[in-house]
Amino acid sequence: MAKDKSSGLEIRSYVTHHVITPPNPLRSVLRHVDGKSGDDPVARAERALAGLSGEFKGWMVVEAERLSVAYAAVRRQGFTDATSEELFRAAHDIKGDAATFGFPSAAATADSLCRIIEHAPDLEKVPPELIEHHINAIQAIVHEHTKFDTVAISSELSRRLRRVADEYLAHVNRGRPEHLEAILAPSIVPGE
Amino acid sequence: MFRIDFNKLRFLVCDDNPHMRRILRTLLHSFGAREVYEAEDGATALEMYTHYAPDIVITDWAMPIFDGLELAQMIRQPEAKGNPYAPIIMLTGHSEKRRVTVARDAGVTEFLAKPISAKGLYQRILNVVANPRPFIKTKTYFGPDRRRNTNNAYIGPERRVGGEAEVLQQPSLLDKARSPV
Repeated sequence: MAKDKSSGLEIRSYVTHHVITPPNPLRSVLRHVDGKSGDDPVARAERALAGLSGEFKGWMVVEAERLSVAYAAVRRQGFTDATSEELFRAAHDIKGDAATFGFPSAAATADSLCRIIEHAPDLEKVPPELIEHHINAIQAIVHEHTKFDTVAISSELSRRLRRVADEYLAHVNRGRPEHLEAILAPSIVPGE
Repeated sequence: MFRIDFNKLRFLVCDDNPHMRRILRTLLHSFGAREVYEAEDGATALEMYTHYAPDIVITDWAMPIFDGLELAQMIRQPEAKGNPYAPIIMLTGHSEKRRVTVARDAGVTEFLAKPISAKGLYQRILNVVANPRPFIKTKTYFGPDRRRNTNNAYIGPERRVGGEAEVLQQPSLLDKARSPV
């Protein structure tokens, strides 16, 4: 085993590879604490996140508007690399952020839209109403969020859109097994 | 019980979405971190990485200019100017298994699928601090050992060869900390 004294690396060399153990400068930040200390950094962070929650609705309105603007650009210019990417990125951000902001149905609907953009063989041939329904649903979920009985409706809306989108994707990808496999693969996010 | 002294850690957060950066900053500061640097694209993040030498990088995947995957690949250059060994946590809306594999092959240390939670982020940070993996360098890969299961009986494709001790057993810091001095 070679040891590079200047860098502190330990290197073991084999026929096909090297195994390198770098020094761990983070070692010093780990400390043992009494279980009764009462200090819970996760609980502290959750409280701080709850303190931010008053801003979440406003953030979602901004995100949903960005999605609508991106689609308006598609309507004007068609699916170019730039317009497709911005539409995907706007939908992808909602997919990732909306559940944290308290809008899980918007996240699920955005996920469905992302799958259409990612797996449709030709975006120009996607029925426009399929994309529009997703965008309108996200807008509705965000803007009607505070009303009673909207949670169940939002959830049902996102489920139905996902079903229609999946049927469409399965149909148009029937000759593309690698896409079909990706479409049918389970998500790694529990409960998604 | 083990805790991390977050005030001794320097973070680089890279996400093009300002709301997600705000969430991450809030979480990290609440954990106790003081030094949290932020970039909104991969190119800026790479500059900041070289300049600030963060202990841990938390990056989104989909970003303009170059994305989180390319950022990871650029950091994981053995001859790079900056530290090629810093832990990289990929925080992303991508939730397909094949994405995890691609991120792993780019040298990402931990993968955290959104939606983010305080617990999920804390656990990933604890893992990179307490259980660092050795790095593997082959003709086509440089990054943390991708095989968390160090099974020497593995006979599948891309099997490493070269003797009995094909994978270095790296005792975790938790185990080291628990063992008597």
